[in-house]
Amino acid sequence: MKRYLIAVITTAFLAACSSTPTKEQDAAAVEDRGGAAASQQQQPPRTTGPTTTPLEPKGVSGNPLKDPANILSKRSVYFELDSNIVKEEFKPMVSAHARYLQQNRGVKMTVQGHADERGSREYNLALGQRRADAVKQMMQLLGAQSEQVETISFGEEKPKATGHDEKSWAENRRADLVYPND
Amino acid sequence: MRPDTDEEPGRRLVVTQVSIDIDKKMKIPKILIFFCGLFFLVEASWAQLRIEVIGGGATQIPVAIVPFRAEEGLAQRLTPVVAADLARSGLFKIVDPGGMNPVPHEPEQLNYPQWRARGADAVVIGAVTKTRDGRYDIRFRVMDAVKQTQIAGFVYFATESQLRLTAHKIADVIYEKLTGDTGVFATRITYVVKRGPRYELHVADADGFGAQTVLSSNEPIISPAWSPDGARLAYVSFEQKKPIVYVQSLTTGSRRAVAAFRGSNSAPAWSPDGRRLAVTLTRDGGSQLFLINADGSGAPVRLMQSTAIDTEANFSPDGQSILFTSDRGGGPQIYRIPVSGGAAQRVTFEGSYNVSPRHSPDGKGFTFIQRNNGRFNVAVQDFASRQVQVLTDGGVDESPSFAPNSKIILYATEVGGRGILSAVSSDGRIKQRLTADVGDAREPAWSPVVNK
Repeated sequence: MKRYLIAVITTAFLAACSSTPTKEQDAAAVEDRGGAAASQQQQPPRTTGPTTTPLEPKGVSGNPLKDPANILSKRSVYFELDSNIVKEEFKPMVSAHARYLQQNRGVKMTVQGHADERGSREYNLALGQRRADAVKQMMQLLGAQSEQVETISFGEEKPKATGHDEKSWAENRRADLVYPND
Repeated sequence: MRPDTDEEPGRRLVVTQVSIDIDKKMKIPKILIFFCGLFFLVEASWAQLRIEVIGGGATQIPVAIVPFRAEEGLAQRLTPVVAADLARSGLFKIVDPGGMNPVPHEPEQLNYPQWRARGADAVVIGAVTKTRDGRYDIRFRVMDAVKQTQIAGFVYFATESQLRLTAHKIADVIYEKLTGDTGVFATRITYVVKRGPRYELHVADADGFGAQTVLSSNEPIISPAWSPDGARLAYVSFEQKKPIVYVQSLTTGSRRAVAAFRGSNSAPAWSPDGRRLAVTLTRDGGSQLFLINADGSGAPVRLMQSTAIDTEANFSPDGQSILFTSDRGGGPQIYRIPVSGGAAQRVTFEGSYNVSPRHSPDGKGFTFIQRNNGRFNVAVQDFASRQVQVLTDGGVDESPSFAPNSKIILYATEVGGRGILSAVSSDGRIKQRLTADVGDAREPAWSPVVNK
């Protein structure tokens, strides 16, 4: 039984590795760090004769969600006071995530809304929720499915900046895009 | 990561500062400025539990609390607790009981002219005897020093661990007999303490002693709410990386997630019969009010439909209506809706930010947070007159809730960047502060009076 399981797992692993990057990735492949997608993306142009492959820098994985050079690694949308309007500067990032979800229907993620510390904790929870909902709505318009995105709020409970001034508050009025293995 | 329940009986809150305003005609801001200076003096000379009573105005009842016979040997002496309770309320002037010979424990031992000479209107006397089953027989009398008659007399039987609670009950009797209002010294409070990355939900006596941790977690805890029988707490915990409403039994420590739907689940409020909770759910889009069963059974029933934020529900004491916060008119304001359904009616009109409504237990009005010029303060509004009174000027006040006698409002504020609990009398004249030993205290709620 054990041996059989190992065989199945090995087969599955090889199958995953042999998948081509043009093929739509399934959920497992997306979360596979340092797998097929990585080596494909980072291979230098082909030359004749011997080929060299640079060492992968440590910490950089093949997951586009984690690749600092990829817009998908950007995860925070910031808002004006009392506003849930997604500003122009964040639209490319939100639409990239929407496209990613569209291309990876098996992926589910969470948009976490936040608010600054002023006023009622419960009302701030609702304000954060509204920001998360605004991001989700935009993602849906750009191809994500509703079931793929859960919106929740931390209100003022998880500030990114702990100061008590407008600079800190501006950092805390945000929505974070969070994937399961983040 | 997983929250656990445990007990830490050693932890307590300390009452550090008390102010009492005697002159009714003074306006609140002046009083606060005056007492800021006073706070400093009190703080500087504060050694243990020090209660500063100012003046001797008409609103303070002078009462002497004579040490009970044989209380010296007790693990917990009774009369110091009684005197501290009464002094903290701001409605009593504690008359020095020392130096009487003999020390009176029975009515016939009272030399009334001597007590009158000290200014006492009432004298409390009593005695403790150990019973054969190892408990204590505690009997006390409240004597009218003017009429030279007995106002009240009671006997309690208590174990050693019940001595402090018994003292609070005695203070409740004295308070009730001399002011005509229900005493709340034998009640409890709950609040959240944040220390470093840890969040702890505490339950303590109303005077801050005997604090126990009933839940601790690495993720935030907010909005604790007492069940009407005082045996359960509903609260919001983020331990699953999202807000979920739990109900926890204080007797067994067991708990259940009663609202864990897709999206956010928050703002639990008990119905007066203890069978249902109003909660804010986002599962159908937006923050909207729903009714759920307190045991988590069945499906949520939507209370009303709006495109705005509707949250912070609070049942009226008769269970017929709900106050809530909504921004359907632009900024957040407080509205009322019949529980049976119907149109929401706006009830706050002054200012652009009114939130966190909580009914007074007598049903006559509600307390809430009002923002004025960027400052958040505790206010009360009377249903009949619609008159609003702002009671504090702290600036960052949050989460007000009434004591069960409708006379005191407990709320969270900040002093020196640290979260503390404060209380203000519902007429704004008496203030007190409760500071946790360590960490930030926040999200307080006062328990109901429970039949004991």
